[in-house]
Amino acid sequence: MTEFGELKKGVFPTILFETHADASTEPFWEAARRDKLVAPKCTNCGTFRLPPSPFCFNCQTRDVLWTELPGTGTIHSFTVVRHPLHPGLADCCPYVSGTVELDGTQGAGARMLVNIIDVDPDTVRIGDRVEIVFEHVNDEMSTPRFRPISK
Amino acid sequence: MTIKDKAAIVGVGATPYFKRGQSYPESELSMACSAILAALDDAGLTIKDLDGFSIYSSSCDPATVGAELGVPEIRWATTTTSGGGGCAGALGVAAAAIDGGMATTVVTLMTLQQLNKRLGGSAVGGMLGYALMSEGGASPYGGGGIPPSAAFTANNGMLSPGHSFAQLTSRHMHLYGTKREHFAEVCISTRDNAIKRPTALRTEPLTLEDYFNARMISDPLCLFDYTMESDGAVAVITTSAERAKDLKQPPVLIMASAHGATGRWGPALFKYFQIPDDEFPSSGHRPVAKRIYEMAGITAADVDVALLYDHFSPMVIMQLEDYGFCPIGEGGPFVGDGNIRYATGSIPVNTHGGNLSEAYIIGMTHVREAVEQIRGTAINQVEGAEVALVTGGPAGSPVSGTLLRKA
Repeated sequence: MTEFGELKKGVFPTILFETHADASTEPFWEAARRDKLVAPKCTNCGTFRLPPSPFCFNCQTRDVLWTELPGTGTIHSFTVVRHPLHPGLADCCPYVSGTVELDGTQGAGARMLVNIIDVDPDTVRIGDRVEIVFEHVNDEMSTPRFRPISK
Repeated sequence: MTIKDKAAIVGVGATPYFKRGQSYPESELSMACSAILAALDDAGLTIKDLDGFSIYSSSCDPATVGAELGVPEIRWATTTTSGGGGCAGALGVAAAAIDGGMATTVVTLMTLQQLNKRLGGSAVGGMLGYALMSEGGASPYGGGGIPPSAAFTANNGMLSPGHSFAQLTSRHMHLYGTKREHFAEVCISTRDNAIKRPTALRTEPLTLEDYFNARMISDPLCLFDYTMESDGAVAVITTSAERAKDLKQPPVLIMASAHGATGRWGPALFKYFQIPDDEFPSSGHRPVAKRIYEMAGITAADVDVALLYDHFSPMVIMQLEDYGFCPIGEGGPFVGDGNIRYATGSIPVNTHGGNLSEAYIIGMTHVREAVEQIRGTAINQVEGAEVALVTGGPAGSPVSGTLLRKA
């Protein structure tokens, strides 16, 4: 055991245990508790925005339709963290963190920046297909990660 | 109407540069004061002349410095928002203050002492501190606490600036075929420049073999792609171009300056990840570059030496593209062909050794070198240098650029 709990190679541990949610973000976490990925879609122009926020950057509309997404996506970019920034994290290195473009969001406006697990850090590539998996940490926080889509 | 050629840098002062944590028993305040007094002296001025602070990244507290040094009256005190990206832009703000009659003699500085804290890390300690600092600190929209957006990134393992810049770099490599050999050339050419400089902290030769033998930190970045962390202070004094004519040093005119970014560049990657893909693998500097060239009435071809903020070596390549020294996407081969080498390249870059090999004082060493190049007193002097480009960032918005020229 470390100060970050039981560590597994490739999996960055949850370090923030509360969502600190407000009205703009709570629906995301509520769905996450049920293993669903939802994102706010502008009711005026259809643009998705993540992290969820009060205004549409495209048309400045406030109203959103919370929309369920398939939970799949494509690796847009990534890094392999090989050197632990904190000595207590040595056992989870190397791990992969990257930006994932979410399917169903019409491209721009909906990437997530996440830990990508169950991948070989030496062969993971931009363009690889991944799917979301939530770790239900407690009653409040469900940490989203992505893993390769199981064949 | 612009600030073009309205103000000039007339004094430069610095403390020695130290490896991280080795400046004790000096303090950030004492080093700031030493650098300010040295810069005033360099200009032939005294503390009685100083009436303005144009800083960035909250580099000092003008109230404290003003009291400590007995500044007769502070008439201007501003800082650009966000972090080191505002470095070069603070010079433009100083010029605007002077041109607008708000102040006459303005200092821009950075003072830095890292004992147990790390940049991108936290003095608070603990992993959560790291994660939240890498998001840009406590949000002004979070009531002073942890903002709702933090939960979307705190648990993703991206804790330090390097983890963020690695994302931009991976994408650049993917889209354009940029290679680690190109990053190595940035590191090696910069080290070669540092070797001749007594102020440089890293002066042992660096070879391609050394580079590829170095440990990987956050792919595709290895140890040598990262800036070092340093202690020290650098200050420069700006006054009106008219008054500069009568001072001790040859004036270095602020030809143009701008800070900012597209709105969607935003906080870049630190807590935001939606930069449109045409701008994602970039330095975020394109709008700033456009504005300073327009203000100055010149192009990249007129720049004699470029002092580009080099916290991570690939960001030098992206700045070369964004400032128009080569087409977008061709920065890798451009450096690979030797274009940024001192004495032989088409655009010598970081002739002082940069953040990578001289010292990291959050951009101010670049300003110091730009001034020395225009004065003609640099150690690695670019022959006949008339125009220098100096940049701040890539970082969260604002990033900045300034063109300096010989009077």
